[in-house]
Amino acid sequence: MNSINWYKYSSPATFYNLAGRLAPWFYAAAALLSVAGLYIGFVLAPTDFQQGESYRIIFIHVPASWMSMFIYVVMAVWAAIGLAFNTRLSFMMMSALAPTGAMLTFVALWTGALWGKPTWGAWWVWDARLTSELILFFLYIGFMALQAAIDDPRRADRAGALIALVGVVNVPIIYFSVRWWNTLHQGASVSVAKAPSMATIMLTGMLVMAFAVWMYAIAAALSRARSIILERERNSQWVAQMLESKV
Amino acid sequence: MNWNSWSEFFHMGGYALYVWGSYAAAAVLVAGEVLLLRARRQNALKQALRAVKYGKAEKDTDSQ
Amino acid sequence: MMQTAFALLRRELMLAMRRRGDVLTVLFFFVIVASLFPLGVGPDTQLLRLMGGGVVWVSALLAAMLSLGRLFASDYADGTLEQLVLTPTPPVVWITVKVLAHWLVSGVPLILVAPVLGIQFGLSTEALGVLIFSLLLGTPVLSLIGAVGAALTLGLRGGGVLVSLLVLPLYIPVLIFGAGAVDGAMSGLGAEAHLSLLGGILILAFLLTPWAVAAALRISIE
Repeated sequence: MNSINWYKYSSPATFYNLAGRLAPWFYAAAALLSVAGLYIGFVLAPTDFQQGESYRIIFIHVPASWMSMFIYVVMAVWAAIGLAFNTRLSFMMMSALAPTGAMLTFVALWTGALWGKPTWGAWWVWDARLTSELILFFLYIGFMALQAAIDDPRRADRAGALIALVGVVNVPIIYFSVRWWNTLHQGASVSVAKAPSMATIMLTGMLVMAFAVWMYAIAAALSRARSIILERERNSQWVAQMLESKV
Repeated sequence: MNWNSWSEFFHMGGYALYVWGSYAAAAVLVAGEVLLLRARRQNALKQALRAVKYGKAEKDTDSQ
Repeated sequence: MMQTAFALLRRELMLAMRRRGDVLTVLFFFVIVASLFPLGVGPDTQLLRLMGGGVVWVSALLAAMLSLGRLFASDYADGTLEQLVLTPTPPVVWITVKVLAHWLVSGVPLILVAPVLGIQFGLSTEALGVLIFSLLLGTPVLSLIGAVGAALTLGLRGGGVLVSLLVLPLYIPVLIFGAGAVDGAMSGLGAEAHLSLLGGILILAFLLTPWAVAAALRISIE
């Protein structure tokens, strides 16, 4: 850890090249892990006693929702680092993660609905987890909308960082209040996202898929960050030098 | 083995719409994101190339 | 510092009085929105009584959000905000004063009118009392959290809608506990738990949000 000069990688130029070399590996890892995870989920895992084959949706629903929450936290970490150390690259990573996080949140909601229909008879159930996921989707969209509305990159970075931090502090409060609200207006006592007793093989499948989604998210974020760097730094020396050969 | 044939696999015990609807949506969104990322990168490169080219052109006119 | 605070408070209230129209339009918005719900779902008294707390609360949320435009925008436009930022008074102090003034002008009228709306929905007297108390605890939180949104979106195009997008998700816990308190009073389960949680949120918001607003203003202005 000590021998790596971390500050070298905080320059957009160095990071640009590093990200370019790393991204394909993460895409490859995501693809391989997905194949493995889906094999476990569809071939090795047995049929569920209560839910039949419909439970197999969990192998995409649960990893997507785990990752959607994890990515938001990582965004907030980059936001905090950016505000504390004033490093542009931190803000760029924060912005690069958001669309992927939002997409995964949407996948979680969509697959949640498709799982809810055969299981609980309704396309949407206002259980605590799904409702919190919906609110998380709003938080992502708000973040992206705020950044899109600000032209000045520096202000966009810092405003986005602030709203991300405010959001992450509120997420536990929101989740608690939604759980409260849900248990009071009691309908279903079992949440859609929880499968009654999880056989180990099912859990393994979910974990492998979660890793797959994680690898994909990193790949997508690195790729997006590279584009963000190019867009912002297009008038700088190092970009000119890098592209000299292509002109 | 959970299924005895491919058609059983696609049928998913009657839940085909829900299961495949879920995975199809995820696949479409992921593919869409990857394509959008590629388009964004190509656009960024194009803009950067243009910036470099016009930077060079300005240098040329200056020397006249 | 207390003198500065009072002077600022007086100024805010005076300016609001001069622009009474702005204040009244938000109030009428509150009343209209609440009245739309029965028109949408039908006049069934049972249904309306069940919905009443929630409807009044949602309407209050929307009205509070509309009123946020007044908080910083005009001071930002004429340069007063920059002057405030430059004063030796700690930002947390004058921000709290501004938010307090905003609540007095935009939040308190909602609290006063809410019982009338509650009667329209057939809420019991006890529920009406809880409604008022829950709004008393909740509307300051709406002003405080809303201030963060208003500060972040200073001078941006997209205006009110953007603030709504940012702030409404953060309002949700307040909505849940506020409307839940009224429901609790109606159903006999009691409103204490909800009101306590609302009070806790108020204290938390009062202590934390002025710092966030100060940071947001620095980001938006410099």
